[in-house]
Amino acid sequence: MKIFGIKIPMMASLIFWAILWEIVGQLELSILLPPFSHIIIRLVEIVPTKMFMDAFLVTAQCFLAGIAIAITLGIPIGVLMGRSIVIDRMLLPWVNMFLSAPLTALVPVLMTLFGFGMKTIILTTVLFAIWIIVLDARAGVKNITPSLIDMAKSFQASYWQAFTKVYVWAALPEILAGMRLGCIRAVKGVIIGQLLVSVVGFGRLFELYSSNFLMEHMWALLFVLFFFAFILAEGLGLLERKFEYYAAERH
Amino acid sequence: MSTTAEAVSTATSPIAVEVEQVSKIYPGGVEALHDMTIQFPKGQLTSLLGPSGCGKTTLLKIIAGLLPLTTGRVTVNGVEVTGPGEERAFVFQDFALMPWASVLRNAAFGLELRGVPKSERNAIAEKYIEAVGLKGYENLYPHELSGGMRQRVGLARALAVDADVLLMDEPFSAVDEQTRRKFQEDLLDVIKEEGKTFIFVTHSIEEAVYVSHSIALLLPRPSRVSEIIRPDIDRSISPDAIRRDPVYLDIVERIWQGLRSYVE
Ligand SMILES: Nc1ncnc2c1ncn2[C@@H]1O[C@H](COP(=O)(O)OP(=O)(O)OP(=O)(O)O)[C@@H](O)[C@H]1O
Ligand SMILES: [Mg+2]
Repeated sequence: MKIFGIKIPMMASLIFWAILWEIVGQLELSILLPPFSHIIIRLVEIVPTKMFMDAFLVTAQCFLAGIAIAITLGIPIGVLMGRSIVIDRMLLPWVNMFLSAPLTALVPVLMTLFGFGMKTIILTTVLFAIWIIVLDARAGVKNITPSLIDMAKSFQASYWQAFTKVYVWAALPEILAGMRLGCIRAVKGVIIGQLLVSVVGFGRLFELYSSNFLMEHMWALLFVLFFFAFILAEGLGLLERKFEYYAAERH
Repeated sequence: MSTTAEAVSTATSPIAVEVEQVSKIYPGGVEALHDMTIQFPKGQLTSLLGPSGCGKTTLLKIIAGLLPLTTGRVTVNGVEVTGPGEERAFVFQDFALMPWASVLRNAAFGLELRGVPKSERNAIAEKYIEAVGLKGYENLYPHELSGGMRQRVGLARALAVDADVLLMDEPFSAVDEQTRRKFQEDLLDVIKEEGKTFIFVTHSIEEAVYVSHSIALLLPRPSRVSEIIRPDIDRSISPDAIRRDPVYLDIVERIWQGLRSYVE
């Protein structure tokens, strides 16, 4: 972006919105919208507290566990679906259904089954993340050049060798895209899970802040979450681009 | 040409691959091969030449064990083919290289799948990379190579596993004419040195005549062998001399006349 011949970085627009927010906030139109500067001060204040750190750790644990499960299950399932018509026919309708289903409605069910703890939150995270990972891995495997599969076969690759040495790599661009989208969904899952369970991690903080109308705290918390989600998605996007050189090579 | 002396010599030379009354009907109902019988003598290069869609790739994949046959039997060194085997290696038309792996790893991949230790397989792969003229390119990636160089990697990979039978499906069709000629000359050297059996699919009559000990002309689908031609060319003369040799030109012309009827 260029204004009056001066190069302005993309992030500059954020500064504009922050200033606008500050002005509106200073007008004290609504308790819901405290001035931007207050939120930043609050953010710096609450982030180092033990309560926040604990909540952050719990969230990070649930997120990492959830995404790890989603990836380790999702990729093999997707690869299997891509390679076997029978498995594909059996699973595809379910995967598509869960991909578009309002999964939030399932969280109360998980709560009754698994209690108000980390288990439920991790499962929610998995449930949010796994389907897109499966679908993208499947698409990636379906896109593998047939001769590459024949090549592995002609050298008598075992199924395990073909999976680890050929299929996963050949489908890597799609798998990475699936992992990035899965991570974004996992962030949603881990937050929604905590909000609904509301006695652990950030869910408890949200509960605490909102029931006490601590809007500055609320916003500060949201900023932190948005920031991490953004960094995560960007980081994965970068990784994905590193492998793009051969995505174009395959066909 | 196919003199009696020649015929006798084929009859006595051992057979590496034997295709007996093979038919192939694809699931959709297309009959690609019909009752095909053909023998591939050991240590020689046999070309399969025929109109597009006549089933050359199908036959090659059946011999490779990549495709099940409908009826008939294929034996390699006297053993019936039921799937891919160590004694056969395939060279793919589109190279089938792994874009995420270096030239060295690609060339060594057949050995890697067989569990050969890294240092050993790399040493073997390096030897064949050199043999196909790619020394110094070991650490590049396929996308950094030209089409001709990529096919050389594919050839090195097939040679590295030391299979008796090399199955090549139009290996030179994706490279330009100059590279192709150089390649054909190199292939002749490889054949001489390695003493392996080559089954070679091509669309180019000139190429077939130039590199083959014998050429199987195939009929249009459902395919059978119409004729076997043995170009009796003196290969001790220079490549350019061969290409101007009247015997060579005669055979090219004869095959062209034979195939022409299908094209029209
Ligand atoms: N998977 C398949 N399913 C159904 N039919 C097929 C399949 N593969 C090939 N065929 C048909 O079998 C016939 C022979 O195919 P094949 O690929 O063996 O021909 P080809 O001689 O290699 O042709 P080309 O010279 O064009 O490569 C063709 O008519 C083709 O349409
Ligand atoms: Mg073909």
